[in-house]
Amino acid sequence: MAAAVALRMMSDAVPLTLDARSLSRSFAGRPVVRDVELKLKRGEVLGFLGPNGAGKTTTMQMLTGNLSPGAGSIAICGVDLLEHPVEAKRHVGYLPETPPLYRELRVDEYLELAARLRRVPKKDVARAATKARDRCGLTGAGSQLIGTLSKGYQQRVGIAQAIVHEPELIVLDEPTVGLDPNQIREIRSLIRELAEGRGVILSTHILPEVESVCDRVQIMNEGSVVYSGTVTALRALRGGRALLVGLREPPPVIELQALPGVATVAALGEHLFRIEPQGDAEVGEAIVHLAVERGWRLYQIAPAQASLEEIFAHLTQREDAPAEASA
Amino acid sequence: MILTIAAKELRALFVSPLAWVVLAFFQLILAWILLARLDAFLAIQSQLVALANSPGATELVISPVFGVASIVLVMAVPLLSMRLVAEERRNQTMTFLLSAPLSVSEIVLGKFFGLAAFLLLPVLLIGAMGATLAVGGRLDWGLVVSNVIGLALVAAGLAAIGLYASCLTAHPVVAAVTALAISLALWMINLATSDPASPVQVVSLLKHYEPFTKGMVSTANLAYFALLTGLFLALAARRLDADRLRG
Repeated sequence: MAAAVALRMMSDAVPLTLDARSLSRSFAGRPVVRDVELKLKRGEVLGFLGPNGAGKTTTMQMLTGNLSPGAGSIAICGVDLLEHPVEAKRHVGYLPETPPLYRELRVDEYLELAARLRRVPKKDVARAATKARDRCGLTGAGSQLIGTLSKGYQQRVGIAQAIVHEPELIVLDEPTVGLDPNQIREIRSLIRELAEGRGVILSTHILPEVESVCDRVQIMNEGSVVYSGTVTALRALRGGRALLVGLREPPPVIELQALPGVATVAALGEHLFRIEPQGDAEVGEAIVHLAVERGWRLYQIAPAQASLEEIFAHLTQREDAPAEASA
Repeated sequence: MILTIAAKELRALFVSPLAWVVLAFFQLILAWILLARLDAFLAIQSQLVALANSPGATELVISPVFGVASIVLVMAVPLLSMRLVAEERRNQTMTFLLSAPLSVSEIVLGKFFGLAAFLLLPVLLIGAMGATLAVGGRLDWGLVVSNVIGLALVAAGLAAIGLYASCLTAHPVVAAVTALAISLALWMINLATSDPASPVQVVSLLKHYEPFTKGMVSTANLAYFALLTGLFLALAARRLDADRLRG
């Protein structure tokens, strides 16, 4: 215990909320997570992105002590999760893919149980439960049985149990799955709010979700991190400024290529072009103007944002098979 | 922490209809046995008076009731213990406990004491039922207490076996069948031999329970139940811990 306390005091000097190094895990000899590094500072929201089966959930289970890593180390607020699991878990709140709810309990009872099990001091249990309940918009639902709540409300109870002990690190596995658009908006703003003074990791496979709530993104594919960087950098990667232009009577590609500020033009079909501007150049206005002047019959002009799948394809091809990228 | 988990388990038992049904049938069967034994006792009472050092009502009515109660427990405890871990696995609520700052032994002990506290209820109720005979005559209270202690120890051992079986699977029914198989095997293993010195006798539950129904509380038998319970709790903790390493 003394060692644990000493470690906790050290964590005041080390601001890293989470420091996971070279995490690996395999199931029945098949590697599922390979050499994953994760670092999270206070007040930061990290988006964990990847297709199904990329190893997101496995990584999150390891970070929360539900699964022991095959190799690597995890430190939460400076406390080693593998050496001092009980001490380290005090700082973690976890919402798994399926919220771990006891259907036969009322919301208040459940949150109080969660607070007690996470070692909230006895006198603060009721207050902590009420606070978490109100933050998650469950104010009127305290005396309802969890089993009778709708999916959206159950998801909120799941988030409330993850934050009831005010942990330093909050891990949310697909927190907005199965919610309606209004609920998704509410949950997203709640996540931003929660990040004040703590670290939040959330996994998702919805790209706009990451863009709206995260500071940093880590993309996983087949167990490895294929991209790690800020959301702004991801946006650039996503093709950010390219334009998709549709012309009924298009001029030769050479003519488009010659426009000022245009870097490259790719013909996607007989009438559709993808135009990449040079640096910060604005080419949209010039294209519309010329299209009218020269009778190209413009019918569409839109930002050509790549889908998440395209980014995955891009990233994984670059990582694994550079030779096939041109094919 | 252990108490918090125990209270949660106790509550989960009391909100499930299964526990109430088991409790009700348990009580019904034993009340019926008690009355049947009492009838038989009254029929031969006049002859017993003639005997020197004759057995009393405690010996002839209450002890047999406890004997039947122990067999009913062998059948009933697996039904009550099957959900402890298996159902949490199936509903994926185990993460709630595993990601909380709890050690595996705290989880196991919490679940065990929750079930044990519930089982204490029927054990004490049987004791109370027997004690009502004091209205019509004198009872050997030492023998009643020794019976209650014995049955409580059997219940604790069976609860530990049931908890271990529940840790083995994510299907409550499989857990119940496994627990029943282990409990029954331990119960009747002494039938395998007629040699009283055989080592098989040492592991038999029945052999260690019988002395309690005769009013004998010995350290050896207390130690047997402590070891049995401790062994299966340790196995359960090991099994739960192995979940983190699976795959």
